[in-house]
Amino acid sequence: MTAITRAEVEHLARLARLQLSADELDHYAGQLDVILQSVARVAEVTADDIPPTSHPIPVENVYREDVARPGLDRAEIAAGAPAWQDDRFRVPRILDEE
Amino acid sequence: MSTAHDTVDFAVALAMFEPVLGIETHVELGTNSKMFCSCPTAFGADANTQVCPVCLGLPGSMPVVNRTAVESTIRMGLALNCSIAPWCRFARKNYFYPDMPKDYQISQYDEPLCFDGYLDVTVETDDGPRVFRVEIERVHMEEDTGKLTHAGGTTGRIHGADYSLVDYNRAGIPLIEIVTRTIVGTGSLAPQVAKAYVAELRNLMRALGVSDVRMEEGSLRCDVNVSLNLPGAELGTRSETKNVNSLRSVERAVHSEIERQAAVLTTGGRVIQETRHFHEDTGRSTSGRSKEQAEDYRYFPEPDLVPVAPSEEWIEELRGTLPELPALKRARLQAAWGIGEHELQTIVNAGALELVEAAIADGVDPAAARKWWTGELARIANDRDLELTDLPVTSAQIRRVEELVADGSLNDKLARQVFDGLIAGEGDVDAVVAGRGLAVVSDDSSLLAAIDEALAAQPDVAEKIRGGKVQAAGAIVGAVMKTTRGQADAAKVRALLLERLGVSE
Repeated sequence: MTAITRAEVEHLARLARLQLSADELDHYAGQLDVILQSVARVAEVTADDIPPTSHPIPVENVYREDVARPGLDRAEIAAGAPAWQDDRFRVPRILDEE
Repeated sequence: MSTAHDTVDFAVALAMFEPVLGIETHVELGTNSKMFCSCPTAFGADANTQVCPVCLGLPGSMPVVNRTAVESTIRMGLALNCSIAPWCRFARKNYFYPDMPKDYQISQYDEPLCFDGYLDVTVETDDGPRVFRVEIERVHMEEDTGKLTHAGGTTGRIHGADYSLVDYNRAGIPLIEIVTRTIVGTGSLAPQVAKAYVAELRNLMRALGVSDVRMEEGSLRCDVNVSLNLPGAELGTRSETKNVNSLRSVERAVHSEIERQAAVLTTGGRVIQETRHFHEDTGRSTSGRSKEQAEDYRYFPEPDLVPVAPSEEWIEELRGTLPELPALKRARLQAAWGIGEHELQTIVNAGALELVEAAIADGVDPAAARKWWTGELARIANDRDLELTDLPVTSAQIRRVEELVADGSLNDKLARQVFDGLIAGEGDVDAVVAGRGLAVVSDDSSLLAAIDEALAAQPDVAEKIRGGKVQAAGAIVGAVMKTTRGQADAAKVRALLLERLGVSE
């Protein structure tokens, strides 16, 4: 049984805005399947008494107090931006409308 | 296929179908700093002046949760009769759109902080007030997104260009999202129930002090889901209308969507599950992109943040900070003041409930407190685009104006001018009265001179009154009030006029 289908890889590629050729889809679907099947072996050793881990350190309730502090200098931000116009980041439009 | 403009009349639609609503409301919390970093949250700051490595998604930066934002969410959940999760996490909502520089938004997914609550809302009907219980599915925390300005291309402002400009000041401001369960059984009251629900949420948040809820600044935004079904049938396919940012728009959006869907269904069409955009100018919506399925966001637990696990003690401590909730307060004040539902609504709609309450506590006559705060003062605030609470008018000043009216020194019209002077910063009541020379003209001889002048100017009216048409006296009284710049007592002018002409009422 495969862990991931070619159709699922195609869907993920679309979500990630990756344009893959038919050959590449075959190629990556096969590779991803091997990776997922390998990782899936971890599931074999888990038991009901082992909760899923989402964080490596068992810590809860870490908060900061609600005190505002100035952020970065705008000139500094502008210098690091790939494109900058009218004090704003300039980005390619990626959807037809908001 | 029907077009966006094909609609079935609302009453006809409701005779055939039952509407079902669902409302998702996003509210910016009024914290000093952002949700996951210490950047300020002031509205209207220059673009990209309230940003840092965390809210710009720079490599290596790490988010830390704002304690006040969590407390505000829990307090809101408690006020909405929700259960509070003893343990929950944040989740990443992945998507590609430049309004978030990280390419994901930190939100909550299957573990909301608050869940299973309700809010009772009252709607005025022909048969009196009716209460609807709106069930709350969840209240969760997330961060707001940046603001895009689209330029070039179709806007024609910059030929050949096709790009957007992004301001990340808003990115990372704490948001709570409040999601209702399906609201059924409203029938033709659906638009009013939707509006009343959002209005009551706003009242609640203001009462709790978790947000100032300035809708014109976009601090409260609604997505309104509507579907129609035949009586007894399964729920229909819903549409989700976005950009609904005022109470009036919530009502209009539901109304127009019911008419639109009814037209689709009665012409043999099928309602598509889609996002629609609401347009304030036309009161109608247009189709947006088809809704992405939930799994397309590839939610997963946020690895950069640790779980939120509020203890019972913390929750109870927060419960202890809840103020008297708006519905209870309204009922208490309505009873105490002995006023009807309609007058109460007028005060609430003017945003004057607290001001009237405070004025009465300060010894202002209750009727006068209601009259001034919902009348002249509300008008002045509206004219000047100010919040009522921003007006520099004190209870002592209202008391003094009332004293002057009671002893005949001022009439209603002059009193209004006094408030105008108070707000214009002309000093205290007596200073405004003296400075503007406001005083009721009670000297009979100068009033009689003004009456004679008005009669001479309008001999035909004078003749009518002499002939017994007493109602024509208004024209002369009006002229006298104008000559005396409103400083006469209209009733007295009228009495003097009739006496002058030897006519009785």
